Amino acid sequence: MTAPKKGRIEALVIGASAGGIDALLRILPGLPEVLRFPVVVLLHVPHDRESRLAELFEQHLPMPVLQAQDKEVLVPGTVYFAPPGYHLSIEEERCFSLSQEDPVHFSRPAIDILMMSAADAYGPALCGMLLTGASQDGAAGLAAIGKAGGLTVVQDPADAEIPTMPAAAICLRAPSLTLPLRDIRALLATLETM
Amino acid sequence: MSHQDSSAIELRLLIEAIYLKYSYDFRDYSGASQKRRVLHALHQMDCTSISQLQSRVLHDPDAFTQLLQYLTIPTSEMFRDPTYYRALREQVVPHLHTYPSLKIWIAGCSTGEEVYSMAIMLKEEGLLERSIIYATDINPQSLERARKGVYPLERMRAYGASYQLAGGKGAFSDHYTAAYESALFDRSLIENVSFADHSLATDSVFSETHLVCCRNVLIYFNRKLQERALGLFHESLCHRGFLGLGSKETIDFSAYAGAFTPLVKAERIYRKVAP
Repeated sequence: MTAPKKGRIEALVIGASAGGIDALLRILPGLPEVLRFPVVVLLHVPHDRESRLAELFEQHLPMPVLQAQDKEVLVPGTVYFAPPGYHLSIEEERCFSLSQEDPVHFSRPAIDILMMSAADAYGPALCGMLLTGASQDGAAGLAAIGKAGGLTVVQDPADAEIPTMPAAAICLRAPSLTLPLRDIRALLATLETM
Repeated sequence: MSHQDSSAIELRLLIEAIYLKYSYDFRDYSGASQKRRVLHALHQMDCTSISQLQSRVLHDPDAFTQLLQYLTIPTSEMFRDPTYYRALREQVVPHLHTYPSLKIWIAGCSTGEEVYSMAIMLKEEGLLERSIIYATDINPQSLERARKGVYPLERMRAYGASYQLAGGKGAFSDHYTAAYESALFDRSLIENVSFADHSLATDSVFSETHLVCCRNVLIYFNRKLQERALGLFHESLCHRGFLGLGSKETIDFSAYAGAFTPLVKAERIYRKVAP
């Protein structure tokens, strides 16, 4: 048994709210075609509606894009979107789980819940990114990733369509990097080697 | 468990202690959500660590009762996912009419919203009088609330809208009496309902049934416990019996995938295949 190499990214979680679809369409194509880790995206969408985000992004990305399912094991090289109406967590066993606890910051799914559970599951081998949004959600989650030793990236509020969410995260805990979308896209291409 | 910190160890010890002391088995519940709920309870119960909570729970049964309210998830609503109820009405009810008497198991019924939804549908379909409904849960307080059938009046508007979308045949308000801020559901709806303490983690099958509904319960279980629960449902269901799960639950990845065939796949309604 050898411990994973220090600093190697084993999963990427991205949270976004208002303005998130455009932001994601700009950065995700920066991912290398063959990915060594899974990517989990949580975008706030109106609940009680079936989400077609996976289908939408599948058109723009070369790798498999799926809606996360309960107890599904995270597979490297796959992009997952959180389903609407349920909180999405990552278990220690590195599979997804869904739950219907109360909304957090008026959101279910909540970015905080995804990121905190992912920080427990991956520790320092996790990268968390928080993009545009009009919510406070994600700030505590990203802070948890930072505390666990993971890499935290926040979209520069000046570059964000809605700066509230990235600004709240920066205010709570200084992220590893604050970048405009252009640079986040470039970072995604090199994350494999980090 | 490469990143296990002391709180993860404390959590496991707490869950083990609860099992040893009170025989409530939460050991195969999904960890992430369980951790959140324990931390929430910790805060509400003025404990500074999970170990302190464990000590209180071991020495004070009332503290356990209090903690149980956090460990179980009493989120429920009437006619949740109206399309599911519509599918039951249109695709399952015609089969149910062919049985002279019916047994239905609502597993993990929580505070009873699904029980009343089911009973209302059966009543409108003329099936209620020949039905026995087993409504089971592990939380005695939830079962008590389910028995009472009293819900906040303010929710009735949303429930009524869902009832209509679910194919309701009358006026939703015919099924309850409004008093002050509460809606008291018609007692005749639960005349044939048997509310019972039953654990999918530790108990066995108690009756043959024609329809099992277990919605948004399995998501709180790990794979192993999900398999156990599905095994109980399979054993309980009669030849060609029906199974309804939550909208994000599936048997596709289970060992029982081949033992059921989807009847309405989008609504997670399955039918037991002939052996």
